[in-house]
Parts: sequence; C-alpha cells; structure tokens
Amino acid sequence: MKIDDLSALETSFNQLIETLIIKKKSSEEFTVKLSSERSQFTRFNHAKVRQTGHISDGWIELTLMENQRSSFRQFPFTGNWEIDWQTAYQYLQELREEIGLLPVDPYLVLPTGNNTSREVHSGKLLPIDEVVPAIVQVVTELDFTGIYAGGVVIKGYGDSQGQKHWFATDTFTLDYSLFTPSGQAVKGTFAGSNWDESAYIQKISQDKKQLELLAFSPKELPRGQYKTYFAPAAVADLSMMLSWGAVSEADLQQGNSALAILSRKDKVLSPKFNLKENFKLGLVPRFNAWGEMADPELPIIEKGILVNTLINSRTAKEYQKTANGANSSETLRAPEITPGNLEFAEILPQLDTGLYVSNLHYLNWSDRPNGRITGMTRYACFWVEKGEIIAPIENLRFDESLYRFWGDNLVDFTNFQEFIPEVGTYESRELGGGLVPGMLVEDFTYTL
Amino acid sequence: MWSELTKAIAHINVPADWVGIRVVKETSSNRHVRDGLPQANGKYSTMGAMLEVLVNGCLGYAATNSLDLGSLQAAAEIAYKQALVASEWRVYDFRVTERPKVVGEYNSPFLEPLDSLCPGEINDLLVRICQTLKVSDKIVQATASITSSEKESWFVSSNGSEVYQKFLSFGNHYGAIAQDGAIVQQRTNNGSHANCYQGGMELLKRDTLWQQVRQVGEQAVELLTAEECPTIRTNLVLAPDQMMLQIHESVGHPLEIDRILGDERNYAGGSFVSKSDFGNLVYGSPLMNITFDPTVPGEFASYGFDDTGVVATREYLIKEGVLQRGLGSLESQARAGVAGVACARASSWNRPPIDRMANLNLEPGNATFAEIIAEIEHGVYMESNRSWSIDDRRYKFQFGCEYAKLIENGKLTKTLRNPNYRATTPEFWQSLTKVGNASNWQMYGTPFCGKGEPNQAIWVGHGSPVCLFANVEVFGGGS
Repeated sequence: MKIDDLSALETSFNQLIETLIIKKKSSEEFTVKLSSERSQFTRFNHAKVRQTGHISDGWIELTLMENQRSSFRQFPFTGNWEIDWQTAYQYLQELREEIGLLPVDPYLVLPTGNNTSREVHSGKLLPIDEVVPAIVQVVTELDFTGIYAGGVVIKGYGDSQGQKHWFATDTFTLDYSLFTPSGQAVKGTFAGSNWDESAYIQKISQDKKQLELLAFSPKELPRGQYKTYFAPAAVADLSMMLSWGAVSEADLQQGNSALAILSRKDKVLSPKFNLKENFKLGLVPRFNAWGEMADPELPIIEKGILVNTLINSRTAKEYQKTANGANSSETLRAPEITPGNLEFAEILPQLDTGLYVSNLHYLNWSDRPNGRITGMTRYACFWVEKGEIIAPIENLRFDESLYRFWGDNLVDFTNFQEFIPEVGTYESRELGGGLVPGMLVEDFTYTL
Repeated sequence: MWSELTKAIAHINVPADWVGIRVVKETSSNRHVRDGLPQANGKYSTMGAMLEVLVNGCLGYAATNSLDLGSLQAAAEIAYKQALVASEWRVYDFRVTERPKVVGEYNSPFLEPLDSLCPGEINDLLVRICQTLKVSDKIVQATASITSSEKESWFVSSNGSEVYQKFLSFGNHYGAIAQDGAIVQQRTNNGSHANCYQGGMELLKRDTLWQQVRQVGEQAVELLTAEECPTIRTNLVLAPDQMMLQIHESVGHPLEIDRILGDERNYAGGSFVSKSDFGNLVYGSPLMNITFDPTVPGEFASYGFDDTGVVATREYLIKEGVLQRGLGSLESQARAGVAGVACARASSWNRPPIDRMANLNLEPGNATFAEIIAEIEHGVYMESNRSWSIDDRRYKFQFGCEYAKLIENGKLTKTLRNPNYRATTPEFWQSLTKVGNASNWQMYGTPFCGKGEPNQAIWVGHGSPVCLFANVEVFGGGS
C-alpha cells in the first residue's frame, strides 16, 4: 500500500474514534477495533501459477457498552469517510436500540486505561508484477507448490476513554513445498519485510539437498515407541496446541484445560521446558481488545512448572485474578520456548536410532484433560540408524501426552531456535509466529 | 444491486477475454451465553466484490470492499495485470467454457424470519438452556449459542451470466462440561456446532429441544462414572452425527480434484485417490452410496449455482462402493479429464472459488437402528465427534467421540467414556456391513471446513443413517 493510502486510512480511523466520542452519551462507553489489509496472494502448483490475485479488505468492530450490557457490530472499513461514518452511525443507533434488551453482564470490562501506541514497519516487498517471475524462475525444474502472500496489514484500536493504538506492517510469507516424484516433500517458509533474492536462492538451494535425501524408497515402520527428534517447525505445531484449551485461565477455571494436571501440581514437566510470551520481536501488536498492553515478556512455564496462565481482564474480573494483557481468547501471540543444550551437530548422534521429524500435520487433542495429542508426521521425516539418515518414512500417526514428551521423556532442546512464521490467512493474514528450538524425545508413541 | 452490477460489467475496461464480478453481502449474528451469563452479542456484516478476469488462458482476481465504479475498474486492472504477468507460467490454459453463461436464482427455504425472536428473547432462551443443562453441581460449564446468517450473492459476467442467490442459515449449539476431581467429560448436542441448516427461526422450535438439552446435561454427568472405552478390535456402530465427520474427512476431502491435481499439497494435502481411480476404485463395500447433492431442501450447503455460475445437480460420487466421479469444478474437470460437479465455491467475496464439497450424503440402506444393534454380539456404539485427525493423503485417520455404549448380545449396555477409533480409509469403508434406513437418516452441517491458499472456511452439509463397520480398532483415553 502506498504511504498516502496508509495515512488516509489512519486519518479516517482517527476521525471515526473522535466522532464517536462526540456522539456518545455520557452513560455510554465504546471500543473500536480495526483490521485491514492490502494483500497479494499468488498460489503455485508444479512451479506454475494456479491462482493469482489481490485482496483489499478491512473491517471495524464497534462495541457499545451501557448499564453493564454490551453488543457489537462488525462492518466494512473502506477508508472512505462518508461511507464509513454513515455505516458506523447506523450501527451505533442499532446498538443503542438493542443493548437495553440484553441481560446484565457482571463481568463486562469497560475501557479504563490511557495507553496509546503507534508502530509503522515499512518493508520492501516485490512489486505486483515481479512476484511471479522472481519466485518461479528459481524453481522451474522443481515440483514447487505453495503460496506467496504479501502486503500491508493494519491493526488498530480506539475507545471512549481516549486510548488509541495503530500497528501497520509490510510483510510477506512464501510458504512452499518441494515434492519428489514419489510424493515425499521438503517444506519451507521464507518470510520477512524485505525481499532478498540471494537469500531466497540460497534457501531453495539448501532445500534441494534435503530433496536428495528423500529420493530413497520410503520405509514403512510398525507402530510402536521411537526415540524422535522434532525439528523446530514440528515443535511449533505442538506448542500451538497450548493455545487451544491449555494456557487460558478461563479454560482452566471452566474444566477445559490440558494443563489442569500441571496447575494442580499432580504432575510436572521437565525442568528443561520453559515457555514464555515474548513480544520483544515486535512482529505482533502488544495491545488487546481493551487497549491494554501486554508486558514485553511473560513467563508461562518455567522449569516445567506452570507459573502464569494467560489472563484477560474479563477472566480476571470473574475469577478474582490479575490480568496480564491477554487477548480475548487467551491464546499465545508471541510464544517462545527457550533453547537447551543439544548442539546441531549432535542431533543425529544423540538420536542414534529413531525418527527425525521435520513437520507435523492436523494435530488435535485425543484426550484433552490428560494432555494427549494425536496427529501425523508430514514432510521430510526420516528413519535414522546409528546416527545416519537411512530413508524417508511413510507417514505415521502419533498419539501421545504432553506430560510424557515435555515431561520425563524429554531428552533436551537444541541450543538454537528458529522463528516459525504464522502463515494462516483464514480471516486475514496472520502476523507473527513462534520462536522455538528442536527437541529430542524418548519413546514417542506412534499408533498407525 | 443488479443495475449497479450490469452497469459495472458494461463499463469495466480491460482487454481481457472474460470478466466476472461476484458481489457478496452477508450479515451474521452470534449470541453466546455461558453459565447463564452473556458472553457475546453481536453481528458481523461484510460486503464486497470479487473481480475475475481471463487473460491468455490465465485467471486473475482482485477483491475490494469499495463498490463504486472507480474501485471496481481499479480492481479489474489489478486482476488483469496479475493475470497477464502470470500467464507465461499458467498451470493450465483456461477457456471461457470454464465460465459458461448462466442465468438463474436460488433462495433458501424458510418458515419464520431470522428476526422473529428479538435479541432479548434469544438471550432468555440461551440462559434457560444453560440452566437446564446444569443438572448437577458437577456441571462446571454450561454453554449455549445461536448463530444465524443472511447472505446474498450476485454474479454477472461479460458473457451474460446473471445469478442471484439468497441463503438463510441457522445454527445452535449447547453443551456441558462435567468434572469430578481429575475426571472431566464433555457432552454437546451432536458434537461441536453440528446443528447447522438453511432455514429460519423455525429450526429452533423443535418439540424435542428441552428433552435434548436435559439429556446432554445428564449424559455429561453420566460419563464421569462410565467405564473407559476398551482397547479392542470390534464392531463399531456410528451415529449420524459422527458419520458426518467420517464422510467429510475420509470421502469428501480425498475426492476433491484440486487435491488430486496437487493444488492443496502445500496446505490441506493431497489424496490417496488418483485420476485413474475414477470409474474403477472399489472405495467401500457395495452398501456404500455417496451423493453430492446441493439440492436437498434445508441442508446447510444447498445452492442453485456454484460461485462460477454452474448449475448445481445431484450426482453419485460413489455407487455401490465404486468411485464414479470427483468433487471438481469445471476448471478442475478440464485439467484432470475427470467428471466432476458444480462445486467451485468461495467462502466470501474476498476469496477465489476452489473445489469444495457442499452437501455430501450417504444414501440410506434398509436397516432400522434396532435391527443393526440386534445382530451384534459384541461392539461399541459411538455418538458425536470430539476429536478428528487424518493424514494429508486422507488415508490414516483417528477420530474420537463424546459418548459411547457397549453392545453386548444385541443390546446397548454400559456407557463408555473417551471412545476413539482409528483405521485407514479404504479398509474402513470396505468394512461397512450395515447401513441404516430413512428412519435413522439425519443431516448435520458445519461452517468450519478449512482449505485453500489463501485459507477459506466454508459451509458443508452431511447426511447419513446409522452405520455398522466390522472389525475396527477402538480404544479409550488416558495418559
């Protein structure tokens, strides 16, 4: 997006907040959330273009609060003041009519703070007409599939108390796979704010070396328990399960958390396991749905002990806790698992005989109260014997409890981390990602 | 809208071989109560236009939520520019025949408008559902929600298409979590958000509502003292609310032709099915008859036309166990040379159409529920999905359910908790031994079928009777 367009959007957003403050009754409070993007999406298959397009989208969510009741309306935000204000004013009136009909919400959180922030991260992305040649020309002889997503993403917040936040960032992600004729694949992500052609060429060149390892006939393994090395991308997948009914204080209180056992101290995890929220990388906004700022760092699990859960202001009010800036769903936004002592060169020797798992797929709780997770291996997973990669494996299903693989069976984390970017695009392009090491685990359970 | 769109399609000025504009306007409502207290009340409105152009055999798109002529023209220019650049590396030489001229209209059936209950009345009802769910102090969470949506789409094209569709949809979900010390069990009405249909507020006013709500609460508590599901190979009887997920994951997704062509390999995955399997592959037992059917009144993913304007018809995908055709749009059919269906669908105006499954139904057989159970010496009957996972080729799966009963000597006996089962897709469907009849055929739906790059969550519907599968690996929970 051009700088002029970006500043017009910001001006329009600010004007919306200011006008709502003027229009609101003294008994009313409101919050306004903004999400906007201008994104190019180009999808590849067999190193050719399957779909290519551009999406210009944006929405406002206006929440009105009065007499301990609230309701919201989400509506398009175009940046055209006349249209946007007309829509906003119509919904403001509709909310006023509705709100009196709703039941009292004893845990309603009113905006109270005085936080403001403004972050604009400019990037140097590929121009629209250079994306396809820049990507395809490097991979023409490969079975390359995936998606390039790039452009500006904006998140904004304002409220009736005068809090205001603006976060705009230029980013791209190239999320891709390289396939062998037999269907084995290497997975890669290339992401950032500045397109670096030589780094891209180098990355593909490294992937080609891994492809060579996949050329052997896949080995079919019987179900059983295997010592396993999980590369950082696989660890990131496992850690994201903690956002789904685990680290949330509300989930813990309402019988819906996989960490209830840990919280009750019925079990502990390995002292080598440390998890925290780390916003210092600055890739995601620190403000939440009430304009509150999370601390730059929040330890969650330290040396295997649950030291904090994610608590938003609503949960804090309901359960008499102290809020820590969590978002409305109390999910991880900037997770980091701290490194251990396993050196890169020691991964295969320490694994000795077992599985090298690069990626996982389709994880789900198979028994959430017991922390048991099922899922599949996927992409570049190998059978290792005596410290040497022997062959790629046929995909295996696992079903294992986090209390085992992050507990007694955890051998070590690597002494290096990788940043695994978020590449999701369901509602809009997601930002951020997780900073995680690889890990070595004893007796990981594979079932099919 | 028609006058603006016909004016726009006439005025769009790009040297493309074909131009289409699809406008979508949707307002959906979400009201959610937990433990009798409001958690969310609100509406989501979206409106925008998707412009597609065909240039040198390459399709390009641009989507915008500004609908003035200038913005639409600007979007068309971006779409054109992208398609032109990409055409040198296009995956296939698409033709206008993949975007035929179609004129028509579709409207969801309904009896009572979605606003026939005011927000206060809906909240009162949700509060009462929570209260009814709380049959015991052991219920630590009771939730209830109602979602509804009114969605309109208009599609015009430079070759004369004019399609209008209006969808009214309604969904309700309620459930309870029961806890006794370390034992935690969940029970919902047919699994997570499975009660999704097209229609109006009449869908809420079913005679059995309060009986079902009470039963959900009671069964959550019942599960606390139930035996763990045994680890055994046995006869598995699945209720329609679990068959929904079974059909979706192990039949719907592997038959998507775009997956077979490799488009989804980087995200959702590929398929164990290949192009040469159509017309040949014995997918399941001769009792297996699966249709793609967007014409079922009231099913969640019914429609008259797909999002490229192709007329929707009922087609057999699998007949008497043999694979007949795939879930592929005209684009995929042209690329693969395989028969498909009208299934090019987009989640909204801001996503391009891709192959999606719409309504996928297992056609009824001839057995009553009692007849199915009566002939089983030993087995497990499972209801309501709670966990799902399947590999990227849709081959090895593991699913878990909320509630189960042991079957002993032709009768349902003990309640079982944490029931799970796993198998491979062909082995499982070939073990289909009995298919229920119309009396136990039920349909469900979900708004959360995820796929595509960029990602799209879309509505799908699934109908099935109760089914018996022989010699399946079942097991329980635990650490």
